[in-house]
Amino acid sequence: MRNLFVIIILLTGGIASLTAQKIEKIGVAELEEIIASQGDVLHVVNFWATWCPPCVTELPYFEKLSNEYGGKEVKFILISLDFPSQIESRLIPFLKTNKITADVRVMTNIDYNSWIEKVDSSWQGNIPVTLLFNNARKVRHFHPSEVTEKELRDLITRFNSN
Amino acid sequence: MKKYLFISIAALMMTALLNAQSQYKAGDIAADFSLKNVEDKMISMSQYGDADGFIVAFWCNTCPVVKKYDQRLQELHAKYAPQGYPVIAINPNDPAVSPGDSWEKMKETAAAKGYDFEYLFDETQEVARTYGATNTPHIYILAWKDGKLVVEYVGAIDNNADDASAADKKYAEEALNSLISGEKVAVAGTRAIGCTIKWKKG
Repeated sequence: MRNLFVIIILLTGGIASLTAQKIEKIGVAELEEIIASQGDVLHVVNFWATWCPPCVTELPYFEKLSNEYGGKEVKFILISLDFPSQIESRLIPFLKTNKITADVRVMTNIDYNSWIEKVDSSWQGNIPVTLLFNNARKVRHFHPSEVTEKELRDLITRFNSN
Repeated sequence: MKKYLFISIAALMMTALLNAQSQYKAGDIAADFSLKNVEDKMISMSQYGDADGFIVAFWCNTCPVVKKYDQRLQELHAKYAPQGYPVIAINPNDPAVSPGDSWEKMKETAAAKGYDFEYLFDETQEVARTYGATNTPHIYILAWKDGKLVVEYVGAIDNNADDASAADKKYAEEALNSLISGEKVAVAGTRAIGCTIKWKKG
């Protein structure tokens, strides 16, 4: 009987830890750090939000390719622009439901005008957009709209010189 | 001959590309338009006899960021229409891509929210393209000068989409206040996250 009790405690504890998915919150400094990263690897940085239907459509392509590359050669970072007030209520449940395991970070500075231009001078704030870069090789490409799976593959092939 | 044809086609394509990317900025002359409102009447800016300018807002029924700003746009109209700057909202989204942004749904939105500004449908998306709007919401403040509509501000309403009370930079209001008091607009352009305009496919 006591064993059963212990098992129940362990089980509920396990479920609780599964539920408590953490997500890295970033601000302008961290965003600048990502963009300035000197690692000799192609970075694919996607800006998206759960409230943006075309973003949600393309997210599985990033997830799929992120798994395919398995962290080698290409580094994927998915920066969520969900409202800070909806991180717990909306973003984390969304990631769980859609089984997103890729590197998702959430931008908590919503004074957008203070940082949009740092990502690309042509970006007016529409999402989704994707930035591909390898600073060590002076490779940089800003894709100003949504992508299909094929477009994303082609972009990565084109800019991944490794 | 073939070579010239190729060059002119290339030149045309370049122009089209450049046009697609260019956006009105402060100091440019804005084009008037004639667009259908939710009561099936054609509206253009030149019809407003007593306006000193306009708050043209690229808007829609569906975008969560637009919804966040909905009340703020109504407040801008309530405050600035009497001072010569009425709001004109324009929905440029293609209903084939975004069914919630059809003209019928616009009528429902305008009625449900009690819009007392014009809410127009940019069915051909020509106005959005001409202005260089990229997302909703996207605000253009225009002022009449010598019979021309001069662009005075392009961008966001303020710097906090999530919480109106936490916004500490009220870009649109500051631009309007400057215009009304005859001063130069200090911040004439900002960028903000919004929903990409749903362009027609193909």
